[in-house]
Amino acid sequence: MTAPLKIADKTFQSRLFTGTGKFSSSKLMREAILASESELVTVALKRVDVHNEEDDILSHLNHKNIHLLPNTSGVRDAKEAVFAAQLSREALGTNWVKLEIHPDPKYLLPDPVETLKAAEELVKLGFVVMPYIHADPVLCKRLEDVGVPCVMPLGAPIGTNKGLKTLDFLEIIIEQSNVPVIVDAGIGSPSHAAYAMEIGADAVLVNTAIAVAKNPVEMAKAFKMAVEAGRMAFESKLAPVKRSAEASSPLTNFLDDE
Amino acid sequence: MMSKEQSFREVFDRYRWDEVLESIFSKTKEDVELALSKEKRDLEDFKALISPSAKPFLETMAQMSAQLTKKRFGNIVQMYAPMYLSNECQNICTYCGFSMTNKIPRKTLTDKEIIKEVEFLKKKRYDHILLVTGEAHKTVGVEYIKNAIRLVRPYFSNISIEVQPLKQEEYEELIAEGLYAVLVYQETYHKEEYKKHHPKGRKSNFYYRLETPDRLGRAKIHKIGLGALFGLEDWRADSFFTALHLKYLQKHYWRTKYSISFPRLRPFTGGLEPKITMTDRDLVQLIAAYRLLDEDLELSISTRESENFRNHIAKIGATTFSAESKTNPGGYVVEPETLEQFEISDERSTEEIAEMLRSQGFDVVWKDWEKSW
Repeated sequence: MTAPLKIADKTFQSRLFTGTGKFSSSKLMREAILASESELVTVALKRVDVHNEEDDILSHLNHKNIHLLPNTSGVRDAKEAVFAAQLSREALGTNWVKLEIHPDPKYLLPDPVETLKAAEELVKLGFVVMPYIHADPVLCKRLEDVGVPCVMPLGAPIGTNKGLKTLDFLEIIIEQSNVPVIVDAGIGSPSHAAYAMEIGADAVLVNTAIAVAKNPVEMAKAFKMAVEAGRMAFESKLAPVKRSAEASSPLTNFLDDE
Repeated sequence: MMSKEQSFREVFDRYRWDEVLESIFSKTKEDVELALSKEKRDLEDFKALISPSAKPFLETMAQMSAQLTKKRFGNIVQMYAPMYLSNECQNICTYCGFSMTNKIPRKTLTDKEIIKEVEFLKKKRYDHILLVTGEAHKTVGVEYIKNAIRLVRPYFSNISIEVQPLKQEEYEELIAEGLYAVLVYQETYHKEEYKKHHPKGRKSNFYYRLETPDRLGRAKIHKIGLGALFGLEDWRADSFFTALHLKYLQKHYWRTKYSISFPRLRPFTGGLEPKITMTDRDLVQLIAAYRLLDEDLELSISTRESENFRNHIAKIGATTFSAESKTNPGGYVVEPETLEQFEISDERSTEEIAEMLRSQGFDVVWKDWEKSW
């Protein structure tokens, strides 16, 4: 059994977070999410009708183990993000928000300046802010300084399934962070997820790779096992890769025998 | 599980000295080999590298440390000079020549005297200066230090201080005057023994001193110097706690740079014999272990160390040197005869030290900061 993950006031047994986009039906989405055993599921505010209790996506997410994580996907700046978060708090009754500000419509890369600005304001307004960002170690520290309870750096552009293209920077972020690090975006296969967990990520968020698989329910299970395996390996301390030092002229011969 | 602590005290209180010591001494040859083979090392690896089990690996550690130092710092060594402003002190520290109960003539430099000393150091090319005082709030309080910084600022690019712990606001004031770095050594992280070595004066407050780097970090200081005074307690446990402190600070005050110093107890008039000796071999092991823990860390070596030791330690990992230091106020020109805080060991001139370093292929760097920042 691996250690639970605590973010703000919630404790998660599962370190796999999922999303709701790109499934062929809401029914399949629900089955896949339940199979993943994920306890935190992000949903795009722009996709749901927050004022309609019968909303197709929302009604399929109604389950005691599933916490909703509304995201601000679609907003282009801090002002719009703050507005979206307030709307979601009012309508969905949660102060959790996944802050996504990507004005670039092609690669959906997050805007660091607007994200930091919005995070600072939302924290002051009492939100639990989970910021989606580039794998930028300095930005992570700046976000930590304004009070976010975790950071969500990307592994590769969202939806690309390319894996941990930002590996070296993720390692720096994990080394420096005082808050949980959740690798978001780019994770295309269970081996990517396992690798992220092995290097010490606290959780991963996977959506496309599950939703677009031929069999999303089985793929959701595969990711669940990969995340657990990766975390268990991290907690058990991986055996090191062997390296050897080069020999050169002695440096310690000057020491007398003491 | 990953919450942000308010100060190092919260982290420190989770550890017990005896358990740390036992854990270091129980590290095995395999633990050392594991630590050496890793790309990134943690504090458990550091424990292994400073443990007795690492002794047979000293040459390997020194080689690896040399490579990492060269990779990060290139072929340079930085120079600085300490300048003692006062030996007045209201603390009793069992190991210090300035201790209140030591019957010595007390001296605090006037403005004119400070400038005289400054002019001497400038002739020697120094551009980084460390101002040192005892702890006497009436004579060398924060106003005196502020005045001293104002006086020396036109002459030096980089000003550090080693004085009594101050409040965050006081540090902020001094930073606004041009202060770059503060050195504050815990002396020992052994809480009970600390009380015995500091029975009187403000310094007897262990936790106030322990939390000083937190106040500095909050004041956004450029650099903090940490260390323990070796000879008071077990050097391995004290070094573990210093490294723990360092790692905590790096995570919390990430804009700040850090340096480590390795003061070993030196003889002085009326002085205390070291309870535990730390050999040259031990110190090489410790310096290499720090470099293997953190390749960016500035490691500073003072004139407390011998000629032989200083001739070899830059290659292994030290990055900052002082030379020809005087540890008495006015020691350079004003009143060379006043009593020193401790006797230095390497008495060679600045020119000789620079030449020694150059002959090993090092560029000797005097200025590495721009004061207009």
